[in-house]
Amino acid sequence: MTKPRMSVRRRFAAATALGTAAILAVTGCSGGTPETAGEAFTGEYTGPEVELSFWNGFTGGDGPFMESMVEQFNTEHDNITVVSNTMQWVDFYQRLPAAVTAGEGPDVGVMHLDQLATNAARSVIVPLDDLAEELELTADDFTPEVWDAGVYNDARYGIPLDVHSLAMYYNTEHFAAAGITEPPVDAASFQEALDKLTAAGYETPFWMPTRWPSHLIDLSLLWQNGGEPFGEEEATFGSEAGITGLEWQRGIVEDGYSPSDVAIDSQYVAFKNGETSITWDGIWQINDLTQSGLPYGMAPVPTIGESEAVWANSHNFFLARQASADQNKTDAAKVFIAWMSEQSAEWAGSGMIPARQSVRDAGALDGLPQEPIAEQIDAMRFLPPIPGIGTVVSDTLEIAVADGVLGSTPPSDALTEAEGRATQLMEDNAASFGG
Amino acid sequence: MSTKASADALPTRRASRPAGRRGQPVKPTARQQGAATPWLFLAPYLLLFGGFVVLPAVLGVWISLHSWDYTLPLKPFVGLENYVSLFRPDSTVSGPFWGSMRATGIFTLFSVPLLLTIPLAVALLMSRKFPGRNFLRAIYFAPYVLGVAVVAVLWRYLLDNNIGLVNHYLGLLGLPDDTAWTTSTPAAWVALVGVTVWWTLGFNAVIYLAALQDIPIELYEAARVDGANAWQQFVHVTIPGLKPILSFITIITLLASANMFGQSYLMTQGGPGRETRTAIYQIAETGLRNFQMGSAAAMSYVLTLFLMAVSAFVFWIFREKKESTAKEARS
Repeated sequence: MTKPRMSVRRRFAAATALGTAAILAVTGCSGGTPETAGEAFTGEYTGPEVELSFWNGFTGGDGPFMESMVEQFNTEHDNITVVSNTMQWVDFYQRLPAAVTAGEGPDVGVMHLDQLATNAARSVIVPLDDLAEELELTADDFTPEVWDAGVYNDARYGIPLDVHSLAMYYNTEHFAAAGITEPPVDAASFQEALDKLTAAGYETPFWMPTRWPSHLIDLSLLWQNGGEPFGEEEATFGSEAGITGLEWQRGIVEDGYSPSDVAIDSQYVAFKNGETSITWDGIWQINDLTQSGLPYGMAPVPTIGESEAVWANSHNFFLARQASADQNKTDAAKVFIAWMSEQSAEWAGSGMIPARQSVRDAGALDGLPQEPIAEQIDAMRFLPPIPGIGTVVSDTLEIAVADGVLGSTPPSDALTEAEGRATQLMEDNAASFGG
Repeated sequence: MSTKASADALPTRRASRPAGRRGQPVKPTARQQGAATPWLFLAPYLLLFGGFVVLPAVLGVWISLHSWDYTLPLKPFVGLENYVSLFRPDSTVSGPFWGSMRATGIFTLFSVPLLLTIPLAVALLMSRKFPGRNFLRAIYFAPYVLGVAVVAVLWRYLLDNNIGLVNHYLGLLGLPDDTAWTTSTPAAWVALVGVTVWWTLGFNAVIYLAALQDIPIELYEAARVDGANAWQQFVHVTIPGLKPILSFITIITLLASANMFGQSYLMTQGGPGRETRTAIYQIAETGLRNFQMGSAAAMSYVLTLFLMAVSAFVFWIFREKKESTAKEARS
């Protein structure tokens, strides 16, 4: 559970965060000018002892891995103490701007790739170009899409730690009973698998969620069909590619492979209980499923459309803007980021895929469940770095996909209407962020 | 009001007597102390009230006149544009906002009558004497002590149309077992109103119970002597006796229902579509997730005006009826 899963567990935490944010908003409403992350990075920290506050949202099975990496860092560095502050991602994205604006922000943190541009535009985070140079991090060591999406207005704001995508989870017992030997890879074999499962007595083998992660499934299908969800200044997810994708999702319900009205989280609960055979969800669920003792396998999301593509996101290190710059802290934070980036092999245990090619090539993923997913890394697609894109998606696409899967609105109508609204919101955003 | 103020001054003068023992003349200082004392007593509350109610309310008006994103350095003054765009059908905010006002209206319309009548029935039952009465009183009040998160998550799973217990048991009883309680309307409204009634009826019931115990037992005795049956006693003794408390309960229930947020946020996520997204939900999304505080503040004030109008209407209704009975009771 490392993505801002719109599940109830996160939502009720968010309700309390709303209050916090409101108070901070009132107390800290004076904006500041953006600043850079201090002087050039020297690679080492030799100054006096400092304590760094490190904010992240690793509240799921990934939390312990991050915690042990932080502990290891602290033992290896006598003059730096990193103190983690872990909260739900939904809270995180509301608290961070409030805290930074009030001058109480963290020294260093981790956020999602698709949030970097938004927070850069709000000058919540500061550029890190010198750090990337010093670490000799270049596009070669990353997938271009991950690397490029960390850039906003020609400055780099994030150092990628990992990538995580949707994957197909399947119940191996059900597959064996239905006589399916290989996980399906395309539309035809997926259809065949569904029919075999139905014939074997699993009446609803693939529950189609109406909410999270349904819009991620839709985005994956849209990219598979050759579409793009967003242009520079307008939304384009209502294209033929998007509509075809949503119609396929609705078709799963209409053909009876999924019950109708699958409410939030229930497809995942049903999968864990063995009520359904296949579910598409994020690779961050690996540890949770392993712990549950369910006999499951995982494979890349099948290519239902024309070409291989799947929605993905990435955790990125960032430096927050400080009310009063402390060069020592900035340097120490950079040492921390550099160290974590190099040690990202251990992070693979959390279910994530290390972002660096060199780390993956060194065998970080050998024998881990997400290994087959990592092979698909070049097909992973990310939301573009447009400020405010996160809330545009949740306010338009998510609702349109829900309506489409519910069958309350025809997919084409739902997406077209939401696309128009998304474009309007993007124009509003562009105006308030100053283009 | 003026007669009341002079009556209130009496205890203050009495309280100032000990000061006179220290050799100070009683009469001249009494007036001065009398002027400052109430304010001193009020000061702690006034500070909180000013700091957390008046100031934010005034600041809210100021924010609503700006394009206000607290993370951005520029917060341009836009005049009434935030309000105007709420009433302009082609803007991005008006559709969702009025949809959410409608959702709030629907919820209030169905929850308030139930929250006024069911707790009264419960209170009438609980005011009788029978073994295990205190235990049952506690049971009815118990859900109210739970947080909204607990209640909503609990019921979301119970009401889940595919994996939930409610549909399962309905099926066992031979009733339709495929109602999508959280993903389709009007079933979602039934679920939201039902859960809210289950959750909060204990609170109203306790207030009713207290009010019932305040009705003099002699009135019932007199009614019985006059040959009134149980129903007539209820209509002619209980209801008039409850009237003063009824306007209070109506107003707070109305406001609580109009402020509904957690239940739909957690149980239906405002779905299907945006249909169960209430006004507070929409305001929170706009202001605290999208950081459009100006627009959110404008929405809040429009909602406030609506609630003030409705509250005034309720007061007016109860005042009309109260005048005649209150005079009788006083004489």
